[in-house]
Amino acid sequence: MAQTYAKQLALVIDLNVCVGCHACVTSCKQWNTSGSAGPLSDQDPYGETPSGTFFNRVQTYEAGVFPATETVHFPKSCLHCEDPPCVPVCPTGASYKRKEDGIVLVDYDKCIACKYCAWACPYGAREIDEERQVMTKCTLCVDRIYDESIPVAERRPACVTACPTNARLFGDVKDPQSEVSVAIRERGGYALMPEWQTRPANQYLPRSITETIAAVQAE
Amino acid sequence: MSVVFFTTLAGVGQGVVMAIALSALAGVTLSASLVVSGLAVSLTLLLIALGASFLHLGRPGRAWRAVMMWRTSWLSREVIVLPAFIAVVALWLGMHLWQEPGPLRDIVLPLVAIALCIGLWYCTAMIYACIRFIQEWAHPLTLVNYTLIGLSSGLVLFTALCALNGDAALVRPAAGWALFFTVLAAVARIVAIARNVRLKPKSTLHSAIGVKTAPLRQKSMGMTGGSFNTREFMHGKTIAFLSGIRYFAIGAGFVAPAMLLLPALLGGGETGPGGWLLLAVLVQSAGVLADRWYFFAQARHPQNLYYQIVS
Repeated sequence: MAQTYAKQLALVIDLNVCVGCHACVTSCKQWNTSGSAGPLSDQDPYGETPSGTFFNRVQTYEAGVFPATETVHFPKSCLHCEDPPCVPVCPTGASYKRKEDGIVLVDYDKCIACKYCAWACPYGAREIDEERQVMTKCTLCVDRIYDESIPVAERRPACVTACPTNARLFGDVKDPQSEVSVAIRERGGYALMPEWQTRPANQYLPRSITETIAAVQAE
Repeated sequence: MSVVFFTTLAGVGQGVVMAIALSALAGVTLSASLVVSGLAVSLTLLLIALGASFLHLGRPGRAWRAVMMWRTSWLSREVIVLPAFIAVVALWLGMHLWQEPGPLRDIVLPLVAIALCIGLWYCTAMIYACIRFIQEWAHPLTLVNYTLIGLSSGLVLFTALCALNGDAALVRPAAGWALFFTVLAAVARIVAIARNVRLKPKSTLHSAIGVKTAPLRQKSMGMTGGSFNTREFMHGKTIAFLSGIRYFAIGAGFVAPAMLLLPALLGGGETGPGGWLLLAVLVQSAGVLADRWYFFAQARHPQNLYYQIVS
């Protein structure tokens, strides 16, 4: 099992209030396509088969039997696992996990686009950029959260700033007093696919109404 | 697709080298022209395989960087072992062309070639077997399959080379070994396929998004036109097609070559079986390529759970 670091930045996503507006998707694309790391390319954006590189996707699920159905909007991006299976498989060392804050990153200058890391991620969090031919993924806006030239309140990932319902919390999950740690502790935060022991840093807060329906079903 | 070609072609080349190296160590007398043509064919296959592996990369110009992470990555280890193996085969071929017999040519190099050959099979198979959540691959059978299929296809090709080169006395024992490993490879592959068909995925849509309520279904994957996630991990073929390719892979990869080996095994020392053996090589190549494609198609990646429905 890999070592864990003293600091681990992560997102906590509150499924109670996510309304599936995709503002996090578009703001992520806008910020990360404009950075020094190069654009997130699109292919055939206005054609019949539009495709492109995104770090973040919002999906929608339906749970339960009518009329007791629940719509679950579900944002998905890199979970910055504490034991990231994508990192050790990388043959060049382009994929790495930062010691200082636990962010999993790709060094675009070293990536050979063999796609092995994408196969080694159970969550489908990595997307190849077809134009630049490098593997890309969520950086937790690493070029923004430490930028001392912008106001302190804006030193957060673009998706967190854009979310109109405050469904996205950002902070250090290793600091027990942080907003994210308190939310995970007090509101039942959970990890995706715990069966693979990847220990995702990002966690999700369950919808209380959906939990209630599941509890009734279980009885 | 380039990975399919790379792994199968390299496997055949490795099998031929194993046949020649083990014969040399066992004291079997191979004609000089058979050793030279065998090693040359194997070297050609390995170089084509190396070329195919480059086609798989988005940035082939940076491929040299792939040797860096040998401490953690099986792919990195393969990238080191493959050129080393090719170099040893080339050196060995060169010594057969230009040097007299000696312990280096006839004992040391065959031993080194065998070690690197086994190492290469191990690295290639571990690239897949080490991904714990692709349950179809994460099993020792992946290693067994890669090794036995390489040995089978390599020995069938070696038997054909024996016949075409006129080494009539070698054809029958070579065909015997080829048949032995072809049957073994078929059994191991069928066991692996049967295991994979029965596998129950550990991940479900419930564990993927962490919602316990049943039933649970996707209504939107978040985009309409597809993405890397929908192109890379899904083959998009029907169940009927998969079933067909499975029968073709077993039939052409193992059953037909085993049948075509019989004339060489039962007949006398005449040059008769050459044509049958050449046919065996061609049919088996198609079958083994289909089988390797099916190896990738059979893998159900957990990420597919997140990409079920467009709208």
